[in-house]
Amino acid sequence: MTSHHRRHRRPGFGGEPLRFRFDGQDYEGLRGDTLASALLANGVRTVATSAALGRPRGIYASWTEEPNAIVQIEHPFPEPMLQATTVELYDGLVATGLTGRGRLSDRPDPARHDAVHAHCDVLVVGAGPAGLAAARAAAGSGARVILADDRPIAGGSLPDTAETVDGVPGAAWASAVAADLAGRPDVRVLSRTSVFGYYDDNYLVAVERRGEWGGQGRARERVWRIRAGRVVLATGAHERPIAFADNDRPGVMLAGAARAYANRYGVLPGRRAVVFTAGDSAYAAARDLASAGVEIAAIVDVRQAPGARWDGAEILSGHVVTGVGGDGAVSSVSVSDGREIQADLLLVSGGWNPVVHLFGQAGGELRYDEGIGSFVPRSARQALEVAGAARGVFSLSGCLEDGAAAGARAAEAAGFRAPPRHPAPRASDDGASDNGASDNGASDNGAPDADEPVAFWLVPSGDYRSHFVDLQRDVTVADVVRATGAGLRSVEHVKRYTTAGTAHDQGKLSGVLTSAIVAHAIGADIAQLGTTTFRAPYMPVSFATLAGRDRGALHDPVRVTSLHDWHVAHGALFENVGQWKRPWYYPRPGEDMEAAVLRECRAVRQSVGAMDASTLGKIDVQGPDAAEFLDRLYTNMMSTLKVGAIRYGVMCRADGMVFDDGTVIRLADDRFLVTTTTGNAAAVLDWMEEWLQTEWPSLRVYCTSVTEHWATVALAGPGSRDVLAGLAPGPAVDAASFPFMTWRDAEVAGIAARVCRISFSGELAYEINVNAWDGLALWEALHATGAVTPYGTETMHVLRAEKGYPIVGQDTDGTVTPADLGMDWVVSKKKAGFIGKRSFARSDTARPDRRHLVGLLPADPDFLLPEGAHLVESSTLPEPPVPTLGHVTSSYRSAALGRTFALALVSGGRERVGERLYVPLGGEPVPVTVTHHVLYDPEGARRDG
Amino acid sequence: MAERLSPLARFEPVSTDDLRIAEIPFLTQVNLRVDPKSRAAADIGLALGAPLPTEPNTYASADSDVFWLGPDEWLIVGAGARADLEPRLRAAATGAVEAGRVHVGITDVSAQRTALVVGGPKARDLLAHGCALDLHPRTFGPGRCAQTMLARAQVLLAAREGGEFRVFVRSSFAGYLAAWLLDAAVEYLP
Repeated sequence: MTSHHRRHRRPGFGGEPLRFRFDGQDYEGLRGDTLASALLANGVRTVATSAALGRPRGIYASWTEEPNAIVQIEHPFPEPMLQATTVELYDGLVATGLTGRGRLSDRPDPARHDAVHAHCDVLVVGAGPAGLAAARAAAGSGARVILADDRPIAGGSLPDTAETVDGVPGAAWASAVAADLAGRPDVRVLSRTSVFGYYDDNYLVAVERRGEWGGQGRARERVWRIRAGRVVLATGAHERPIAFADNDRPGVMLAGAARAYANRYGVLPGRRAVVFTAGDSAYAAARDLASAGVEIAAIVDVRQAPGARWDGAEILSGHVVTGVGGDGAVSSVSVSDGREIQADLLLVSGGWNPVVHLFGQAGGELRYDEGIGSFVPRSARQALEVAGAARGVFSLSGCLEDGAAAGARAAEAAGFRAPPRHPAPRASDDGASDNGASDNGASDNGAPDADEPVAFWLVPSGDYRSHFVDLQRDVTVADVVRATGAGLRSVEHVKRYTTAGTAHDQGKLSGVLTSAIVAHAIGADIAQLGTTTFRAPYMPVSFATLAGRDRGALHDPVRVTSLHDWHVAHGALFENVGQWKRPWYYPRPGEDMEAAVLRECRAVRQSVGAMDASTLGKIDVQGPDAAEFLDRLYTNMMSTLKVGAIRYGVMCRADGMVFDDGTVIRLADDRFLVTTTTGNAAAVLDWMEEWLQTEWPSLRVYCTSVTEHWATVALAGPGSRDVLAGLAPGPAVDAASFPFMTWRDAEVAGIAARVCRISFSGELAYEINVNAWDGLALWEALHATGAVTPYGTETMHVLRAEKGYPIVGQDTDGTVTPADLGMDWVVSKKKAGFIGKRSFARSDTARPDRRHLVGLLPADPDFLLPEGAHLVESSTLPEPPVPTLGHVTSSYRSAALGRTFALALVSGGRERVGERLYVPLGGEPVPVTVTHHVLYDPEGARRDG
Repeated sequence: MAERLSPLARFEPVSTDDLRIAEIPFLTQVNLRVDPKSRAAADIGLALGAPLPTEPNTYASADSDVFWLGPDEWLIVGAGARADLEPRLRAAATGAVEAGRVHVGITDVSAQRTALVVGGPKARDLLAHGCALDLHPRTFGPGRCAQTMLARAQVLLAAREGGEFRVFVRSSFAGYLAAWLLDAAVEYLP
């Protein structure tokens, strides 16, 4: 399709035609176009519909400040809420215009996204004239420099304004400087990279758009996490709109944007234009558009005596635009002198706002500058410089000089010596007055340098219902006045009341305008009102990009033991314990979980089973005061333990509540090995270090984690002694020679091992520890005997519950004392002190109605209670709130008992043994009988085999 | 008796012009804790052939690599199977310990971590995907080490000559980290 608005004379554009589809129509654009420029080239003026009022909206700006032209990408992958002005056109693009809200894809994003950490001495944000000059100056000092710019090509506004530097077109100068920088060893030039967050300690986050879809595993977008010694913000300026009647119509466009479409993209956004300005820069836009072929019907200048002159059009000074005509898009412009001028384009320039968003995020303070009618940086809180238009320096020559100086300052502050300054590049606006005053609108972003504009925001009217302030949120001057009429005085409150500035563009165009309207409405000084707070992200960033590669299998580390591959090969299902994968049970063909666990339980109770217990935390405690240290940590006595012996121990926090439990093995007079629960391995080591380093530095003890040095296999069941004896001919294993709660060094299956006689099932059992490299060999040797059944954590849980052994974190929750668990015996009455001791003297820890660990037997022996279920006193529920007596902490089906059972924490539970309680589960409350928490082999006869 | 098995036994090493990733299995590793100003520390340094490094985040190389982990903690890594490393260190410290007032923690942690070599011209770019530290040779040249995060795994990272890095990772995290490295390396592999 040929375009009636476009003309092709764009230097640097390849001219490769690209097909795309918008709102169901097929069009053609050129490589280098944005979707917006391609639409304008095809004469498409109405692009979207406003969210609240349903008004037609067109293209208002030319880059990230666009408030109107919001589109949904449909193909190749659905993406919601993109600005047509920032979408780079590609072949086959399919998009539709939106009404305020997009649509997320219902299928997974096939693209890859990733993230990189980067460090530099100087980060320059923005590759306009100021940023390029800054980066060049900093790089010349030998500093490591990153230059990040959000556009596809360097130069900032230079391609928009077609100014020249050193006699060459600005865009060409910019690409040459960028290419030279990119070729230096310690300089990184990132294009298409938007710095969107500025956090403390000069930590900045950017997103790089790296290409179209489907590129061979290449990340489509990349997050850069940048730590910079010094930052130069050369972020340019946004042109400021003016609020007048129907200022939201398609065909109303910022003057600088229209100039950009003509110069950067070779696209004419209309045929006949009226210019409405409060400053000089719009004259340069008018001149460029005129020479590109747009008829300029008139310039309406609010100033009585404009500084700029141009004889290409009639200048209506001291006048304003009072409205636009047309059904939908602009077809005429009404002027305060009563005239109605035919035009399809209305260019607006209310002045320029420095882009101070990142500066604000960095905690910088702003001040109002009367000369430019906007806010500029005043004082910074972080190690940064602001250069060029971002601090109100609007001339090209000024930006080049300001940037070079800022770059040199930044490098020096980072500890480098900047080389003598280059002679400043010669900008086309140097001594520009020889063109008369007609051409001094040259600048970064085309903003003016001489004869600054008056601050002009609002065309007075009796009816402000179509004077738009925030086009995306459909907020008008009338809405702002309603907010101030309701008593709101702060721009923050007005923002939240009206939603002005809360859209995807975060008020890039509407922010300062809103402050000005509020000031006008309440008769305050805008300098005092200030702006709303700037927060990250500066521009929209997708969640997929932020998630990066932290998805799927890489979302969270999976920790595995040295036996993991065997478990997988033997059909184990896994339970997540923290980040660990632990074998849960090993179903045989045709078995469900219940059948498999009953079989594994029977194997341990009747013959012999083996479990991978490698995940238990293990801490080596060495030093002359190790025994004293453990006496203080555990509630029970450890110093009396003999070398070669093992003791179970409980640790409490200072509040006397159970924190962790495990075994303590005495390796030597001055050396112990402590085991912890799987989930608390790191917490217990931290706990030990905290006490050693902060409270007891005089204790001569060192603690070292050895959790993963060892593979640990639990061998349990009445047949375990025979299996061990068969593989370890060395030590005598009879009950007298190798008694319960002792350990031996031995060779098991030819592997050096430490064998501990401990039991978490109540059966005769051993824990065999070997170097993790040898874990699989040990495990395979055990199974090669043919006598051993592998069992998982579920069976381990059932077996220990039958014995009433609590699991810290399952049967306890941080409010449970050892006595509550029926383990008074583990709390030493002799020791002078240990962590938690004092709390046991509190009356609260002796309350008779504390929740005790008890057993529960459902009246129906086949009924499995859900864990977490509450217990109540009677079978009929009173009116809520229903007092609860406690809750079920563990519940299983027991092969040994031939029925279901549960453990529970029950108020005054030990006094309730034999009582009937009820579990309300929605229907009829389920009756249960309270029992002692040890349900199997209460005499402990089985542990010796 | 079956062969011993390293955590990354099934990992296929990467070896291209740009990138090398491989496990160095079965290194003897001993964790040492001792007061650096004590005679025991000096005696252990003599036994190792180099004084214990006391500048934070550096390592010394003699017949073993001695990595600074903390003000009173080092990881000593011997090449290959050096079963005598722990007893040798213990013997070196015995005189001072028996003389009193100094204590040591000497613990065999050989299987606690495994080691990976990450080398080649793209090694630094690869690690930058998951490591927040500045690995530029100006700040992290040969002889530097750090305990840090690589992706979501704790590692001990050391810079060696020729732009090569050594990564010590807990054995249980090794599979995750290797998978993460391979995934991150996609753009650097042919």
